[in-house]
Amino acid sequence: MLSKYEAVIGLEVHAQLLTKSKMFCRCNAQYADAPPNSVVCPVDLGLPGALPVINRTAVEYTVMTALALNCSIPEFSRFDRKNYFYPDLPKNYQISQYDLPLSHDGYMVVQVGDEARRIGIIRVHLEEDTAKLMHRTDARGKAYSLVDFNRAGTPLMEIVSKPDIRSPEEARLYLMKLRNILRWIGVSTGNMEEGSFRCDANVSIRPVGSKEFGTKVEVKNMNSFRAVYRALEYEMARQADVLDSGGRIAQETRGWVEDRGVTVSQRSKEYAHDYRYFPEPDLPPLVLTRDWVQSIREKLPELPDARRERFASQYGLSQYEATLLTNSKSIADFFEATVGLRASAKAVANWMVGELFRLLNAANIEIEQSKVSPEHLTEMLKLIDQGTISASMAKTVLEEVFASGKKPGDIVQERGLAQISGVEELQAIVHQVLATNPQAIADYKAGKANAFGFLVGQVMKATRGKANPGVVNQLLREKLDKQ
Amino acid sequence: MTLSREEVEHVAQLARLGLTEDEKERMRDQLSSILENMEILKELDTSAISPTAHVLPLRNVVRPDEVQPSLPVEGVLQNAPRREEDYFRILPVFEEDYER
Repeated sequence: MLSKYEAVIGLEVHAQLLTKSKMFCRCNAQYADAPPNSVVCPVDLGLPGALPVINRTAVEYTVMTALALNCSIPEFSRFDRKNYFYPDLPKNYQISQYDLPLSHDGYMVVQVGDEARRIGIIRVHLEEDTAKLMHRTDARGKAYSLVDFNRAGTPLMEIVSKPDIRSPEEARLYLMKLRNILRWIGVSTGNMEEGSFRCDANVSIRPVGSKEFGTKVEVKNMNSFRAVYRALEYEMARQADVLDSGGRIAQETRGWVEDRGVTVSQRSKEYAHDYRYFPEPDLPPLVLTRDWVQSIREKLPELPDARRERFASQYGLSQYEATLLTNSKSIADFFEATVGLRASAKAVANWMVGELFRLLNAANIEIEQSKVSPEHLTEMLKLIDQGTISASMAKTVLEEVFASGKKPGDIVQERGLAQISGVEELQAIVHQVLATNPQAIADYKAGKANAFGFLVGQVMKATRGKANPGVVNQLLREKLDKQ
Repeated sequence: MTLSREEVEHVAQLARLGLTEDEKERMRDQLSSILENMEILKELDTSAISPTAHVLPLRNVVRPDEVQPSLPVEGVLQNAPRREEDYFRILPVFEEDYER
């Protein structure tokens, strides 16, 4: 069905910034646990005479993001008023940016399968967030709304991509990578479910190979990466159906309805938006001197792509491992902290990508929330190297560290997990096993391949898995070949 | 330059102003003469002048990212047309009813 068409998708992301105070006033911007209307002041309420003042950190976070997305930073930038009437902004305008945003013309490279896709960024700009509305019905069935202004005036960064995205999967990967970068440089939590990272999509389809754009539809109300993927997939199929049956796509806004798995038209009136943007007279413009921009650039940490390449070359990791180990800054930091404790990079990568990620996924937590520390992992690897525990024992130990946060050495002691490597102790057991399995010895002599494995298994069983397999193998061979 | 009646109605709608028929006529006259004045200003050659972003010669008026106490909730809700608990209570709003 979709093979005839390809998608043309542009994404608009709104990310809340992790500043302490709001965009234009000194109210607390971290309002998540605050009672309704408790972090509000005359600026947020648009009371007469209230004057906004720009939060310097919000500007710097936006420029940091823009630099991480390879954008140009102009010398001169300005805020504008976007005029509209809606009770989520009592001023009847939103302070936003129009023709002179803080940045423009960047890109982000997204790995889609074997292909590195370069997705253009039109602009990253700064604006204020709006109040939260809640819709209620009274006892007589009459609808009304409630307003909480805590969110109003918090800094909101808008990141607009070019229509360079060609599939729902590409859109999902773009968002994941963008979120990783925002979290990596510490400007946003990127939490989609909590609304700190929101995404609207412009989507159209066109016959594969066509260079022209079809009529675009704006899709809103997608609250997870999965929702974005599903909504775009649905929308592509819907548009293909319309075109295949000879219809025309209406330019409109559609909302994703998660539980029904469909988009529905939100259009009720035909008039075009008329925001009558004009320069915000209450805010003098910003001059972004090259010195200022340079000092912001210097605050940027090594970014995920650069760090991935360094992990691959410096530590000899595969691209697969290097990619997984740079999926978040805390993962990458954990890896390098462990390696810094003189653990082998290859072994650390192996254990993190394998067992540790498995445990994190099962518990659905991030690495920084887990009880496992770089010191734990280093100690565990040392116990393997010394032959105190086998690799399979180590899995049990790691699970226990993960659950309790106890030290690997203590766990091995408490649970008696130490490997039996003593030749004398094992010799006695090998002797016992051989004495009770004459048939296996005969099979071994007759050249049956699995007889040896059977005998090793018997020794392991007798020691409840604690025998050092290397020593057992050696002892068994010696005994059998002497017989 | 004379504004059409439809243009006056559109501008009134954007500003959420309900105008009587008489007022529409009066606004049409007054807005038209403002625009005529603009036409006179447009005769000036401004090609060598960069656009004014702000009337004051100020740049980079920014503040450090520091939190100060907000208004007490009672103060915030003092001008609320109606309140319910600590919320502003307003007429029902639905996205599609508004130009946004």
